[in-house]
Amino acid sequence: MTAQQPVLEARGIDKVFGQHRALDTVDFAAHAGEVHALLGENGAGKSTLIKILTGAYQPDGGELLLEGQPIHLRDPLHGQTYGIGTVYQEVNLLPNRSVSENLFLGRQPTRFGMVDRKRIDAAAKDLLSRYGLNIDVRAELSEYSVAVQQIVAIARAVELSGKVLVLDEPTASLDRNEVQRLFDVVRGLKAKGLAIIFITHFLDQVFDLADRVTILRNGRKVATQALNTLNTTDVVRMMLGKDVAFDHHPTALTGGPKGAVRVQFQGLSRKGLSPFDLSVHEGEVVGVAGLLGSGRTEVARLMFGVDTSDGGQITVDGHPVTIRNPAQAVAAGFGFCPEDRKLDGIFGDLSVRENIIIALQAKLGWFKALNRDDQVELAGRYAEALDIRAANHDMPVKLLSGGNQQKVILARWLAIDPTFLILDEPTRGIDVGAHAEIVRTINRLREEGLALFVISSELDEVVAYSNRIVVMRDREMVAELDGDSIAPDAIVQAIAGTPPHETREARP
Amino acid sequence: MNRSLRPLLATTLIFLFAYMLAVSQQPAMLSTRVLGNFLTDNAFLGIAAVGMTFVILSGGIDLSVGAVIGFTTVLVAVLIMWLQLHPLVAFAIALIVATAFGAVMGAAIHYLKVPSFIVTLAGMFLARGGASVLSPDSIGINHPFFSAVQKSYILLPGGGRLTVVGMIMLAVFAVAILLAHRTRFGSNVYALGGSETSAALMGVPVARTTISIYALSSFLAGLAGVVFSLYTSAGYSLNALGVELDAIAAVVIGGTLLTGGYGFVAGTFIGVMLQGLVQTYIVFDGTLSSWWTKIVVGVLLFMFILLQRLVFRAAPRRT
Repeated sequence: MTAQQPVLEARGIDKVFGQHRALDTVDFAAHAGEVHALLGENGAGKSTLIKILTGAYQPDGGELLLEGQPIHLRDPLHGQTYGIGTVYQEVNLLPNRSVSENLFLGRQPTRFGMVDRKRIDAAAKDLLSRYGLNIDVRAELSEYSVAVQQIVAIARAVELSGKVLVLDEPTASLDRNEVQRLFDVVRGLKAKGLAIIFITHFLDQVFDLADRVTILRNGRKVATQALNTLNTTDVVRMMLGKDVAFDHHPTALTGGPKGAVRVQFQGLSRKGLSPFDLSVHEGEVVGVAGLLGSGRTEVARLMFGVDTSDGGQITVDGHPVTIRNPAQAVAAGFGFCPEDRKLDGIFGDLSVRENIIIALQAKLGWFKALNRDDQVELAGRYAEALDIRAANHDMPVKLLSGGNQQKVILARWLAIDPTFLILDEPTRGIDVGAHAEIVRTINRLREEGLALFVISSELDEVVAYSNRIVVMRDREMVAELDGDSIAPDAIVQAIAGTPPHETREARP
Repeated sequence: MNRSLRPLLATTLIFLFAYMLAVSQQPAMLSTRVLGNFLTDNAFLGIAAVGMTFVILSGGIDLSVGAVIGFTTVLVAVLIMWLQLHPLVAFAIALIVATAFGAVMGAAIHYLKVPSFIVTLAGMFLARGGASVLSPDSIGINHPFFSAVQKSYILLPGGGRLTVVGMIMLAVFAVAILLAHRTRFGSNVYALGGSETSAALMGVPVARTTISIYALSSFLAGLAGVVFSLYTSAGYSLNALGVELDAIAAVVIGGTLLTGGYGFVAGTFIGVMLQGLVQTYIVFDGTLSSWWTKIVVGVLLFMFILLQRLVFRAAPRRT
């Protein structure tokens, strides 16, 4: 299949945002009549690559070729005229208009300047029946399920473009039957000779639908391979891979007496997340491994009360507590460093000092304002303890590097003298040097007796600081590893769902 | 049933009910004379509300409408009385000026990415201020053409008079209904109100459509100003104070969702008539303060916002 010329090809694509290299000489090729999956964790560069392929971004280096001819796409609309259509996870259609208008907007047939609705409705009905959809096309789009909306979006994209179809996480909000319905449509299009690029974080769907896969990690292409030569374990290994080497922590986390149980979660649950039990001890790091979409962030949000739980109990130091919002979590001594630091973590325009004291001030309440001397002292103490490098503590925190911002958030929580810290991807988007430093900091906090819950998609990193590792898959905690069983390979196998020394059939 | 039809249906029923109630109290209100006066007295509001309907459907707001009406009356009066232009020429000039004014506001909203609320607020001050600079005092218009127009009407059975300004309003509504529901421009307006991002990705010319919408709104405000000058035979910078708010109320009471995307031009017509009905009833009653109009409009507005919440919150699903 690789002998023929690809329909859409990207050669040596570079994309740089500020100092961050999002894509580094990435090659990609989609052939006619194939479903080509694109895989990678958050920040691996797949959405950047997709945006370049569809014209939403322009590459800083490299070139795009359509059927062998170089093309330069100004925007997605321009991409469409070249035959590259895209269907996004959030259906980009008009919920307030009829199905037929959504299909024909911008190219409605007119008579004497008036839109000919009868013709549109008839054409829309005819078009959708080819996708196995017999619905009332005059009804508002929002009256239909997301699956139907996705198929309408695909029909529109194929109708307007017809060479390459990019499906950007189309199945994220569909149930099993709807996914199959969508896949049937995609298989039909594949048989018609379209090149289909399929982005998802559901591995089973990749094996179900795709012919080949390209895996990205940290902005680089890891591999492009036919899926029938791979199994899930191989794919997970390539996605999570090894980038930064850490020394396994010298204290050798195995065995040894654990401290008292500090925080205990029993049967904590929420719609779309299996109930889980977990207790975290004093001086213990519980690491969480799992792919994007496995439910790891949801667990963290549930623990901190960002999302309210449907049921279950939380006890801190043996006393039951109620956590239905983050304020209650802070009152219980919890701290949370969220995944998206810039959006949910820092207050970019506030100073380093204000960012550090804000959680403590929130805990103290309105009427016990920290005076300035205390603030300066506090900020200075934690900045020194965590080695925060800022020219001074009155500069806006957004001017700091990613690693230092992360340390400011850590300092914020340490200032409230926490019982339990939740860190979601603490090293994402941080350069290698600072990376190792954050890992050291986590280890030090553990030695000082803090209970930590740390989510990471970097396996070597999780291994470097965890006493125990919880593995998540399909929104469920599926395995717990401790002691000698903590090793990257064991984690990969647990994530892929294969017992050690056995490989699953690639295509079930 | 299409759920955006529900508020429209509710408005229509409320109008019929209110009219029957009014007639049961004041039987004289059931006549074509009253209906004819409805149309004449509310012509300028109706025309301005049509423009407002397009703006709100697209997800925006136009606060400059009342000021543009006021400005146009002054400009028309100045052109006719001071520069001795024929009224038709004066009307043409005024409409061109108003349309250009709206186009500039639309361009500012689109290209500078400033909320329409702010841009049209600035437009409101500009137009009102400009009118006062032209002439701080009221200018009476004396012209044979004006008297001729004011005297022409179609006699309705029952003695009612369909005046020229009434006819202009009806014509505007008829054209606007076609424009909104049967042209590509209309589809694009609804598309912007549904989701601007999606609309852009689907190939809607966002810039052109946005500019056209505000140009149209100001053109109709200008036309409303022309009608207002015909109605009052005067140009005054403080004419039509706060009419933009009456127009917004008429649009919302007419069943258009204030956040855009759903609604009908025909609904606005009923919204305007409902306001006119309340006013007429108060005139007939003779003992009520005219401020009761505002209270009734306020209550209606509140009811409709509540109704829309109920209709649009529970989205029915088919599979």
